[in-house]
Amino acid sequence: MIDKRARSPFEALEDVRDGATVMVGGFGEAGSPIELIHALIDQGATDLTIVSNNCGSGEVGLAALLKAGRVAKVICSFPRTANSTVFPELYRSGRTKLELVPQGTLAEPHPGGRRAGIPAFYTPTAVGTPLAEGKEQREFDGRRYVLEHGLRADLTIIKGKRADSHGNVVYNKTARNFGPIMAMAGTITVVQVEEVVEPGSIDPETVVTPGIFVDRVVEVASPALESALVAAGAAYP
Amino acid sequence: MSETRSVRGRTREEMARRVAQDIADGSYVNLGIGIPELVARFVPEGRELVYHTENGLLGMGPSPEPGDGDPELINAGKRHVTANPGAAFFHQSDSFAMIRGGHLDLCVLGALQVAQNGDLANWSTGEPDAIPAVGGAMDLVAGVKAIYVITQHCTKQGEPKLVESCTYPLTGAGVVNRVYTDLAVIDITREGFRLVELSPGVDFDFVQDRTAAPLLPVPESCPTK
Repeated sequence: MIDKRARSPFEALEDVRDGATVMVGGFGEAGSPIELIHALIDQGATDLTIVSNNCGSGEVGLAALLKAGRVAKVICSFPRTANSTVFPELYRSGRTKLELVPQGTLAEPHPGGRRAGIPAFYTPTAVGTPLAEGKEQREFDGRRYVLEHGLRADLTIIKGKRADSHGNVVYNKTARNFGPIMAMAGTITVVQVEEVVEPGSIDPETVVTPGIFVDRVVEVASPALESALVAAGAAYP
Repeated sequence: MSETRSVRGRTREEMARRVAQDIADGSYVNLGIGIPELVARFVPEGRELVYHTENGLLGMGPSPEPGDGDPELINAGKRHVTANPGAAFFHQSDSFAMIRGGHLDLCVLGALQVAQNGDLANWSTGEPDAIPAVGGAMDLVAGVKAIYVITQHCTKQGEPKLVESCTYPLTGAGVVNRVYTDLAVIDITREGFRLVELSPGVDFDFVQDRTAAPLLPVPESCPTK
């Protein structure tokens, strides 16, 4: 009997260890699993490495996790965004390290990195720039490429629209972004969705992330919006 | 210099309109954040372009009416957008396969500096206190078929942005095809910067004086549009 439902975001994350690498889905607030991030704050794991496209805004979601001092390092393509003050402060004071990665390289653990059975890949991106310095390069058909290692994670947390209890997920519009990729990369992948349905309720032709990549699903019927929380001056906890 | 710039050459909107004239019907196009986004407003009637935004949408439409936006339907600048009929959503790996794999016809980007060999610097000034951020810029310049830059010819301090070689960290080496500025349209050629067209009210020497590398003349005449 397969049933991947967790009763709450907190229950879905209770086994996260200190020092874990955590992939966090989302591009800006679209697809940001804000309730799971808040549960990670409550859970208490620290010294985390976060892999995410951005670093959050205001003092909620990813920015709140950073503010709580739980993050030793971020692997990120675009850490500064509107209303983003927490990360710049931590970065400038040297309390959180940054590994800057081009967005397409972050997206191309093709797809899912070592968890997809592909440990590394060559990309033309960043050749001739500081982000390729010190990395192995090779020529194919007269063009230079840089070797990038696929990312992996102890934990992936992402947000979908709907899932069944087998973990099959569909997403909403541009909130899909990193979800399907990061789902493949996590040793444990946890998805929050607005609705968990019975197997058979999602047309198999429309499944975006097959349930084999998903370990736990948790229903958050009305997820908070990062922009609304920031506008209201909210801070978590 | 900045005083004369404000009265000569093209405005931001006129620059965007000029770029739009050069985009062929049926092109798949990625527009960067800022002035490049304006280009979509000026596409001549009768041409259909499909806009790609790297966060996962082909067929991006204009911003919705205030209050009608969906926070999960945004562009790479994290602004609310719409999806046109015929649009498609996809994940990041597909999106960057489109970019790196040469499926997109054109990307229009801003610049801090463009060098005469086509090097582009547009992601970092390299200052120690700056928070580095690159997003999809390095992927776009590495893979999209044609890269157009739209930028002011000089910085607010009057420093030329078209240079012999970039002093800022590169986004890509030898990637730019054409530059549209307030003063001119300039191609990157094997020989260096070559003038394509002067903006109204601007002459060759005026542009050369504000370009920190040799500017080759238009082969025959200097038309202005």
